Amino acid sequence: MSQAELTREVARRVFASEFNDSTYTFKESDDERAPNFALLPTGDRANRAFIVGTLTETEDVGEDSEYWRGRVVDPTGTFFVYAGQYQPEAASILRETEPPAYVSVVGKPRTYETEDGSVNVSVRPESIAVVDAATRDRWVVETAERTLDRIEAFEEWEAEQEAPESASTAPTNEYAQMAREQYDSPVVNYRNDVIQALEQLEEQEADATA
Amino acid sequence: MSDVRQHADDIHDQFSDHLDVSVEDVEERLATLVDEYKVPMDEARRSVTNHYLEEAGLDREDLSSGSSEAVNVEDVDEPEEWVDLTAKVIELWDPRSDAVAQVGLLGDPTGTIKFTKWAKSELPALEEGGVYSLENVVTDEYQGRYSVKLNSTTIIEELDEELEVGDDTSEIEGALVDMQSGSGLIKRCPKEDCTRVLQNGRCNEHGEVEGEFDLRIKAVVDDGLDAHEVIFDKEATEELTGLSLEEAKDMAMDALDTTVVADEIADDIVGTYYRIEGPTFGRYVLADDVSELDGPADAEQLLIKARSM
Repeated sequence: MSQAELTREVARRVFASEFNDSTYTFKESDDERAPNFALLPTGDRANRAFIVGTLTETEDVGEDSEYWRGRVVDPTGTFFVYAGQYQPEAASILRETEPPAYVSVVGKPRTYETEDGSVNVSVRPESIAVVDAATRDRWVVETAERTLDRIEAFEEWEAEQEAPESASTAPTNEYAQMAREQYDSPVVNYRNDVIQALEQLEEQEADATA
Repeated sequence: MSDVRQHADDIHDQFSDHLDVSVEDVEERLATLVDEYKVPMDEARRSVTNHYLEEAGLDREDLSSGSSEAVNVEDVDEPEEWVDLTAKVIELWDPRSDAVAQVGLLGDPTGTIKFTKWAKSELPALEEGGVYSLENVVTDEYQGRYSVKLNSTTIIEELDEELEVGDDTSEIEGALVDMQSGSGLIKRCPKEDCTRVLQNGRCNEHGEVEGEFDLRIKAVVDDGLDAHEVIFDKEATEELTGLSLEEAKDMAMDALDTTVVADEIADDIVGTYYRIEGPTFGRYVLADDVSELDGPADAEQLLIKARSM
């Protein structure tokens, strides 16, 4: 077994708005089996993601064989999850689950270019499970925390870049640098998404206790 | 220092605990072989070492390759090293082989480690709860788990002191994102001291055997920063899933297929948040204490932080 197989790639926590902006993908070695990464705009690489949201719609969009598309909605946007014959367990969950339902999805980011030249990011699921509202809420908080951590690291790196006198001690943040080169959207957008997601959760709690 | 003297010193160090022999004596034997009989140094060393082995009634493997080093339990991360430990006997287990006199768990403030004491080493018995200085034990590794072996050169001294045993337990909070193959209802090799998991009815070591059923889960618990491999043994699996080994066997019997058990378990646990506590063995965490995280999540603190950024 190669070293690459021994170290399992972590499942990043990322909201839909940021996930769908992660259009740039790359490999870190020439090895054919080297993992593929999507570049998160807040400055990290993602080979795998763990997402939880509301499955709002499922549709078999396959022509010759079954190919299921599920829309999974979080407070910031919609994940598109596609499962076909090579993801039989995930496909059967999409086939059999009656929306709306909370689901958790472990999967890999996949990009494809549309006819008009824009790049769409979707999820190729490894597993899908129906979960409860508490799991979904926990995911929102956890994902907010991880996203803020990434933004914080990004902004620290950025501040160092802009202070040339401290250039020699500047922390390296490879993926923040890559993100600034590849993407236009400022990270503050994702901070606003985090705030929006957390506010929604707070309101929900306030409603529940009211 | 001359070359011969240096080698003599090394050999002397190895035997100083076992034989009353002077460095000069060792040096003279070496010099005779090397200078007089023109024997190459490594051959001369071998020969002289053998002479003293015989005199001391030891096996070659009983000898340390140099002086052993005093280490903490957590520092044991290489096999076949000679080390000294000061540790407490936390538990004694039943030896599963006549070749083993005692087997159990040692601990010091930095962690715990398994030990094995061979019967042929004829060492004094260790007592549960006792604190000992153990000089000259050899480290070993099996599937990423380290242990130490006591041998006939090990010097055991009981210490009249208390030793606090630290835990090397990990605490993980995260989502269970994957259940790996080899989970669910499995069969283990019934051969003494083996317990390997069978692949298609075959044991890697003993070939085709009549396996014994067991339940376990190998899972990945991921907190978004690290992916941790967690093993649930039979008890932990039964507690997590509410499925007993007997029920699992019945399920498999009805379906004429053992994989139904793993499928059912996966449906139950994948995608769920857990807090897991347990000792770390190599790359695995052994799930001792498991709870599902289903309480309310606190958004308020984070919201304050996000707004202030």
